[in-house]
Amino acid sequence: MEYEFEAPKIKWSEIIQHGLVSGVVLLFVGMVGMLATFHEREIVRDTFTLGQLVMVFIPFVASFLITRKVMSTTKQAVPAIVSGIVVAILTALPSLILLGLTNLLPDINDILVNVNRDWIETVTFDNRSEQMKGASIFLGIIVGSGSLGALLYFVPAKFRKALIYAASFTLLIGVFGETVNLVLNQLLPDDAIDAMFRRDTLLLMPAIYIFVLSLVGSLIWVFFGQKVQEQTKRKPNQGRSPFYYIGMALFAALLLTLPWILGRTLSDVAVTVGLFVLMGFGLNIAIGLAGLLDLGYVTNYAVGAYILAVLTSTGLLGIGPDWLNFWMVLPIALLAAMFAGFIFAVPVLKMRGDYLAIATLGFGEIIGKLALSDWLKPVIGGAQGVLRIPKPVLFGYEFTTPESLYYIVLGACLLTLFVSIRLNNSRTGRQWMAIREDEDVAAAMGINVARAKLLAFTLSAATGGLAGAIFAAKVGTVFPNSFTVFISINVLSLIIVGGMGSNPGIVLGAIALVGMPELLREFTEYRWLLYGALLIFMMVNRPEGLWPSSVLQREIRSDDEEPDISNEQVVVT
Amino acid sequence: MNERLSQLLNTNWVDFTINALRIVIIVLVVYGASNTILSGQFTIEQYIALFIAGLAQGSIYALIALGYTLVYGILLMINFAHGEVFMAGAFTTMFLARWLDSIGFLNAQPIISVIIMIIFSGFISMVVAVLLERIAYRPLRGSPRLVPLITAIGASFFLQYTFAGLYGSGNFAYPNIDAFSGTVAIGSLQIPQAQLIVFFSALVLMGLLYWLVERTKLGKAMRAVSEDKEVAKLMGIDVDFIILFTFAVGGALAGAAGVVNGIFRPQGVKFTMGFIPGIKAFTAAVLGGIGNVPGAMLGGLFLGVIESLGPNLVLSGLGIPSANQLKDVIAFTMLVLVLIFRPQGILGERLTEKKA
Repeated sequence: MEYEFEAPKIKWSEIIQHGLVSGVVLLFVGMVGMLATFHEREIVRDTFTLGQLVMVFIPFVASFLITRKVMSTTKQAVPAIVSGIVVAILTALPSLILLGLTNLLPDINDILVNVNRDWIETVTFDNRSEQMKGASIFLGIIVGSGSLGALLYFVPAKFRKALIYAASFTLLIGVFGETVNLVLNQLLPDDAIDAMFRRDTLLLMPAIYIFVLSLVGSLIWVFFGQKVQEQTKRKPNQGRSPFYYIGMALFAALLLTLPWILGRTLSDVAVTVGLFVLMGFGLNIAIGLAGLLDLGYVTNYAVGAYILAVLTSTGLLGIGPDWLNFWMVLPIALLAAMFAGFIFAVPVLKMRGDYLAIATLGFGEIIGKLALSDWLKPVIGGAQGVLRIPKPVLFGYEFTTPESLYYIVLGACLLTLFVSIRLNNSRTGRQWMAIREDEDVAAAMGINVARAKLLAFTLSAATGGLAGAIFAAKVGTVFPNSFTVFISINVLSLIIVGGMGSNPGIVLGAIALVGMPELLREFTEYRWLLYGALLIFMMVNRPEGLWPSSVLQREIRSDDEEPDISNEQVVVT
Repeated sequence: MNERLSQLLNTNWVDFTINALRIVIIVLVVYGASNTILSGQFTIEQYIALFIAGLAQGSIYALIALGYTLVYGILLMINFAHGEVFMAGAFTTMFLARWLDSIGFLNAQPIISVIIMIIFSGFISMVVAVLLERIAYRPLRGSPRLVPLITAIGASFFLQYTFAGLYGSGNFAYPNIDAFSGTVAIGSLQIPQAQLIVFFSALVLMGLLYWLVERTKLGKAMRAVSEDKEVAKLMGIDVDFIILFTFAVGGALAGAAGVVNGIFRPQGVKFTMGFIPGIKAFTAAVLGGIGNVPGAMLGGLFLGVIESLGPNLVLSGLGIPSANQLKDVIAFTMLVLVLIFRPQGILGERLTEKKA
């Protein structure tokens, strides 16, 4: 306490700014309708909903962060907690003002369509008729959650970690209740499920049990797990530990049996996720390995799909002979996509960075418009698309179910993964890396830049074509509307979120960005809003992605003193 | 000798392909155009009408393109979300226009209401552009060039779906202004009044911008920052403020373009309306030489005319049915061709120094 006379002052303006930002965030999620939509999904039956969770979560995090900040400068607990509470009050303020405005201007709903009864219902915690009561409950809960957030900072770090793990785990089970149910249906008897869930929603008592159990589990992990982890860690000159092989074997078994665990509905989601993983691997060759930002990836996807459609369709537009089946056309589609990739790559070989991105985006748009046009209608059907594409047949077995299609996608993913890993560890991979870092220097070192770039483009196009062909066979019809710029952006986002150049990151990104909106229909509506926010957030705060590749991590974090990736951040993201 | 020849072929086959592409495109354009002209499908009046419609459309592109060019000139960054800045103004002002219409002011005082709308829309877009700079772009200044581009793509989608969430995802029509719905006769030509108003209001705004950049102290500071940020800072210029100001000016022009677009094309506004005009305006900016203010104006007008004449003149000459569907294809092809053949644009030479 000898420094007390020069203890740093608390910057109230900063705290107020912080509080208002989080208040605007809360107001924003309400105004775009997210709160009301999420309010329809119950996490724990008759207890609280996803919308309420979001409402509570915002002040909780904001208060926690400001408490941490104030503590780190002043080291005084009381002002830190007070500032946390102030932030919570400010978080509630904008929404309260809007609530008041809805009484003064009842017509506000004509313009701001989501400031409606549902929103008021959500923020007043179902007390729309007595607004004063509702508003005070809202304020009370927000401030209460903010205070909890502030207090959380004073919980010892290890307990805090365990608490966060357990809470996230329980909430995930609650949010994805429907999905968990579908999986459990395959594994557990009905009675056991009925004890936990009612109509796909978690019940209160099981939720508490899950929380307590996972808390115990995470405490054990936090206190003892890391020691175990350190002991089994691979030393540089030691071979891989047996645990590694056991883990890999388990993982392979899981991959192979996944459709049985998931059941039909979820297998369908898994196929979609798998297609995006496949495209992610492909685009990663261009973006992650060679540093070529390709925004027209959908072109290759469309070429693969249309080639397969036109050659195998049994409808009016099918031009292939009868004996031509999926397996024979697959290589043709692949080659066609490679060829298209090559054709589009040659003119842009000399472009760099953002110009390349825009030019490829232009290609994507051109292909989309051409597919819709009357000009090509006789060949690919215009807006009506190509119909009646048969399912793949192998030795008399028809791949009609999502469970069987899953294996085709899995095979394609593994093949692509193998090719991209082998290439990346080869001379070509090092050439790509050199080009990614500096094209001029790479050329000066004697690398044939044009050839290496073309290879990256063509291989990435081949994967896109493969994904497109499988997609066409899966859906059975091909419409131009399936091939918009959104596909390219979707694949780009999952690579960015997962981590450029990192294969496990891409899988993670695909599960998070493609799987989640499929599983939670509330998310589908806000998918692009969240993607956009996520892209900005990742670029500003974590440009290396959630699961960065070791090379990229080294590059980005090399000048930092310590790799400060605290667990709070991971959970928040 | 043989070795040398093969070496020459080997190193230059990319250039060779690009040149071949250039020749093919020129042949196609000349063939298509001459076919249409010789077939006498359109009269000279029709061509002129298309040309003027193209100028009107092009002036909207030019207004948006100025935002791209100003930002690129200063930060060397493509503000991919600029189309959404345009949308934000146009979409929000639609409600103002409807209100003005409902109290009868819009038809009583069309000129004044358009000015009010332009100011309002400019303000909204300006706020969006400034927030964009503060929240998304400023933290990334100095990072590798792909990082702000990806951020901008994210911002573009974020803004689109924010406005879909705020105002709804439907299609909303601007009210009709009766005073602007007539035509003006010049000789035997009947030119829609709206087109002329769009064109001239865009000209006035561009003139204002030109005056701002070339004749005022702030404009001087903008030019200084775009020349060299470090030296500008040494000269006592607040670089951060100038960058913010540039975003604000670009945003305001895009907002104005939103109103002008609403008058010109009363078929309505939607949250996705900014994406394609955004890319086209970027094309216009590159066409004129990105970073170059008069270039963007010229590029916009040029692109508008090409887009209006191109399908009818060239594509129908090549025997492509319903060529007007392919308007966007013409614009995007233009984009790709400019990027391939003349990335420095019509007026720009600066780009080659700064290395795109």
